[in-house]
Amino acid sequence: MSNVNWEAMQQSRRVLAEKLRLLETCRQHWQRLLQQFDDIDNLRQRLDYQTYILAAATLTASLVLGIADLATSGAIEKRQAEDMQSTLSQVLPDTLHDNDLLNSVATVGTGEPGDPATSVYIARKSGSASGAAFKWSAGGGYSGPILLMVGVDRDGRLQGVRVVAHAETPGLGDKIERSKSDWILAFDGRSLDDTAPEHWKVKKDGGDFDQFAGATITPRAVVRGVESALQFYRRHREEILAAKPGGG
Amino acid sequence: MNSEFRKISYDGLWGNNIVFSQSIGLCPLLAVTGTATNGLGMGLATTSVMVVCSALVSYTRVLIPPEIRIPIFVVLIAMIVTLVDLVMNAWLHEMHKVLGLFIPLIVTNCAILGRVESFASRQPVREAALDGLMMGLGFTLALVLLGAAREILGAGTLFANATLLLGESFAWLETVWIAPYRGFLLMALPPGGFLMLGFLLAGKKILDRKLAARAQSAQAGDAALLNET
Repeated sequence: MSNVNWEAMQQSRRVLAEKLRLLETCRQHWQRLLQQFDDIDNLRQRLDYQTYILAAATLTASLVLGIADLATSGAIEKRQAEDMQSTLSQVLPDTLHDNDLLNSVATVGTGEPGDPATSVYIARKSGSASGAAFKWSAGGGYSGPILLMVGVDRDGRLQGVRVVAHAETPGLGDKIERSKSDWILAFDGRSLDDTAPEHWKVKKDGGDFDQFAGATITPRAVVRGVESALQFYRRHREEILAAKPGGG
Repeated sequence: MNSEFRKISYDGLWGNNIVFSQSIGLCPLLAVTGTATNGLGMGLATTSVMVVCSALVSYTRVLIPPEIRIPIFVVLIAMIVTLVDLVMNAWLHEMHKVLGLFIPLIVTNCAILGRVESFASRQPVREAALDGLMMGLGFTLALVLLGAAREILGAGTLFANATLLLGESFAWLETVWIAPYRGFLLMALPPGGFLMLGFLLAGKKILDRKLAARAQSAQAGDAALLNET
């Protein structure tokens, strides 16, 4: 019994000594490393140090951005949903619907040019479809497409149009934004039925809608875009009105 | 110490102004100065990024070997700009909607790299941060001046839509200078930016020369007085 104990003690002492030696080597390595940092001017000249520091910089940047993305993505998503909600409530009046528009989406459109696959937010009142809102890209702007949010009632009468994104000239073409002028409200209440195709134009071209001083291209593009959005709704009206609640 | 801080401030705001003296950072300058409000927004966003970048680079300057400093600075600046973009989008969303357009443009501003490279990488943290702040404010001054000049000539207004950027309490900033005004398209478009910048640069040269002449004549006057007595 005591014999075994003796051997076990010897064994553990050897292990301990081994560990101490390892610790000592580590300490020496660390000391040497620290000494190198005392002579930073010399260290900075070394190619391996430069490689490591560049790698460390990029790694730190990636880590920081990764963490920041994780920390902010939830909040950003929430804000974007709020933005979407507020745009939707501007183009579809609250009296028109009693459902949650963000959870009532259907995708229509064939994906062919002029008939893009579009997510349509369907307004419902007491369970039956009462209108729809969807994003529509108006081509022919002064610099790139103009993204619109278009809201219509069941019969295709415009409830509201808002510009969601555009790259028009500040101070000239940006009067299409609701925050900068009332121009966009001119569409409210219009439909393909009460405004004939030759009136879906700016006044300069013989139509019904004002242009801006110094900027005709931008309003022309928006007017044409809204008209094509209404045609899109007319084409897919049955499909949209029959779509299942909460689908998409 | 104090006089050094004063010199850094003077250089940043006027003497060595990023736009008027160094003529760098012109890409974002010409891109956003259609209105004074846009200029102000871009200037403030750039200033905040500049302060953080300068301080960070100055703090880590002993570690960074000169051979690879440029890629490290670029990574750091890109990181901070992206960070500002993300944080603003998440927690200052209203401001991000207005400034969001400008923030990615800050990466293209070589003035930040320029200050980091020529000042922050050789100076203590406090001086570097102050230099970033003052250079940024000088840049803001240039942006607002150019934006204001273009806006008044181009649209007849000054600080239009400032409330979107600063809030309702700044409604007094929005003024109409020429009404009714048909607008002067050239000034609102990019060529107007180049033209107006040229006039402003010439104006600064004339002002500087006048100031120098006055200082010289004052000196000469003193010398003459000294000779007489």
